[in-house]
Amino acid sequence: MRILTGNDLKSGEVIWWTGSDWSLHVEDAADVSGSEEEIARREEAARRVNASYAIDAELHAGSPRPVHIKDRIRALGPTVRPDLTLKPADPDIGNWVI
Amino acid sequence: MADLSSENDRLIRYRKDDPVDHAAVTVDSFLDQSSASAVRVEPGDDARELIPHLERLALVEVNFPSFGDGRGYSSARLLREAGYEGELRAVGDVLVDQVAYMRRCGFDAFDPDAPLDQSDVEAALSRWPEVYQSAADASTPIWNKRHG
Amino acid sequence: MYLYDHYDQAMVDARVEEFRDQARRRLEGKLTEDQFKPLRLMNGLYLQLHAYMLRVAIPYGTLNSRQMHALADIADKYDRGYGHFTTRQNIQYNWIRLQDAADILADLAKVEMHAIQTSGNCIRNISSDHFAGAAADELVDPRPYAELLRQWSSFHPEFSYLPRKFKIAVIASDTDRAAMRLHDIGIQIVEQDGELGAAFYVGGGMGRTPMIAPCIKEFVPLDRLVTYAEACLRVYNREGRRDNKYKARIKILVHEMGAEEYAKAVDAEFEHMLDEGIEPPFAELERIRTFFEDPAFDQSASEDIDRSDPDFALWVDRNTVAHKVPGYASAVISLKPVGGIPGDATSERMRLMADLAEEYSFDELRVMHTQNIVLPHVRKADLHALWTALEAAGLGSPNLDTVEDIIACPGLDYCSLANARSIPVAQKISERFSASGKTEALGQLKLKISGCINACGHHHAGHIGILGVDRKGVENYQLLLGGSEAEDVSLAKITGPGFDEAGIVDAVETAADVYLREREDGERFLDTYRRIGMTPFKEALYG
Repeated sequence: MRILTGNDLKSGEVIWWTGSDWSLHVEDAADVSGSEEEIARREEAARRVNASYAIDAELHAGSPRPVHIKDRIRALGPTVRPDLTLKPADPDIGNWVI
Repeated sequence: MADLSSENDRLIRYRKDDPVDHAAVTVDSFLDQSSASAVRVEPGDDARELIPHLERLALVEVNFPSFGDGRGYSSARLLREAGYEGELRAVGDVLVDQVAYMRRCGFDAFDPDAPLDQSDVEAALSRWPEVYQSAADASTPIWNKRHG
Repeated sequence: MYLYDHYDQAMVDARVEEFRDQARRRLEGKLTEDQFKPLRLMNGLYLQLHAYMLRVAIPYGTLNSRQMHALADIADKYDRGYGHFTTRQNIQYNWIRLQDAADILADLAKVEMHAIQTSGNCIRNISSDHFAGAAADELVDPRPYAELLRQWSSFHPEFSYLPRKFKIAVIASDTDRAAMRLHDIGIQIVEQDGELGAAFYVGGGMGRTPMIAPCIKEFVPLDRLVTYAEACLRVYNREGRRDNKYKARIKILVHEMGAEEYAKAVDAEFEHMLDEGIEPPFAELERIRTFFEDPAFDQSASEDIDRSDPDFALWVDRNTVAHKVPGYASAVISLKPVGGIPGDATSERMRLMADLAEEYSFDELRVMHTQNIVLPHVRKADLHALWTALEAAGLGSPNLDTVEDIIACPGLDYCSLANARSIPVAQKISERFSASGKTEALGQLKLKISGCINACGHHHAGHIGILGVDRKGVENYQLLLGGSEAEDVSLAKITGPGFDEAGIVDAVETAADVYLREREDGERFLDTYRRIGMTPFKEALYG
């Protein structure tokens, strides 16, 4: 599947396109295959997202997991600061990233 | 090529004389023929080649095909340092956030691809209370004020 | 240290308002991202892997306790309670919001700080010797020259859209503590026939094409310093390549033209510029110098140090450096605790370091390019009290210039350019050597890790370097040996095929063991490598 990501223009937070809006959580990402450019153009023009790009992802326990490690780190947060990631309390999250 | 008629409403000038009414030629054509009095300097051109001919020049356009290509700033200063007093016009991808530095490098006219808001330009040009360097404008550097 | 007058303050304040206006226009849609990006970069604002990142300039690495407190406050107020000290003596924050950026710049301006030109294709923050004004071996304090150049390069109208970024370092001793010859321009203040002048080294750098800068001018009189720098930059701005981002640095121009031809072009420009009134009067340099005069050293300070506590004695031996004034030392606060993140400091630690500087070091701190902090002027009699306070806060690691004192870029944990993570590799190596107890035996061993070929982690200049690459989506690490950023500058060479994360930690230990086996009396790792060459290391690594 293809999923669309970018940064919130104002806050800089990593966000994922859900099909109707943006979410902080990659689990909410929708398959945008075929329409990624159109959505990106529209959302950038509306200044809801900055520096957006589409990536490959696979379903992992029912949720999208980016294929490339860079996007997985992006989705979660720095691996060296688990306390600052989106899932500070999940002991298995390291396996999801690496 | 920019419209050089007086109806060009994108043109912003800081000169009292009338604009040159004919089109600028390339540096190569200018050096080949002696009749032109307006020349356009591209980023890859060597502006120093114009120095022997400054007396017959009334307009030098310096083109910025992309605002991030800063060669035109050096071209402008070189011409002013060589004594050129005619119009020095920045053309192309000229944006309001670059005009203050352009003025400091000796540009006294702007003909941007996309029109600039005159009040934005005035705000940009009055932004800096001081300057740290001596350049091609009349501003007095801070070091000069410190040591009068 | 340098203090702003009303002119300096007015310029920094104007810059804050300019950026506030630019950010507003971006948020209102009047500027596209393509138009805004170079403007935000010239104010230190990147868009990184997780958020906006702000890089704050620490000119020539010098700051006072008030400024360090302000940096801590920014970490708490606008970020997540910490900052990262960089290999160019700056600090960066990783979790910044665009809507806060102008307010942060305003907070910085209140303590005479800024983020001006900490990124973008312009002249960046000027770096210098972190022991400037304290080092026993310096000719003069190099910082007045760096400050003169800081003012000249700030908002330079001609050189703000250069082909590529431009980094300048200034030193004033034969010992190079600033990686001077790996800068676009490296300046060494030298003495010739009783006169001070500047030697210019141009066209060095790391990145994907590392080069050592050749000397293009052995002596520029001090009253021509700015003019000569301007000539160097103008030749680069006109002639530097703009067709390929990866060939746009001045090192490529100097390499392609040849150092002699480049020097001739600069000389011609310089001759022309001498009549243009570019040079500030000598009185301006004299004015700046007065800010860098020695603090009120106690001329009768005792040389004695009570070494009865072995932990303290080890820290003194490892982390303090000879001072020009008897009875004083420069003390290095290691930001490399075993298993820690190199260069990171919490707001709490920043405040402690600030307070200790105020108490023990004439209110001064320095940031080292090796991502540690220096208290430059500490009385030897105060070292024990200082160490006790540091040790209690986890800042007393006695590992300066050892294999645990690792330079590491933020890598793939934070950086959108990175191909592999750097920090976890640094953490595992420091843990491995700390546990094995070999750190002491290895002595000086400079280990430097970059997570991509841009080389922010200086891997080309490591006695041992590590370069992270992406091999089909998997992190892979190349090992390099034999680099140095110092006066014996050299570029490290790749040993061979890369390793995975566990493998690279083993490989570093293998290389260290070769050194321990082969070394002769008094040799550092680098000396042994230079004597015996790559082959014994390759055999041990790849057998």
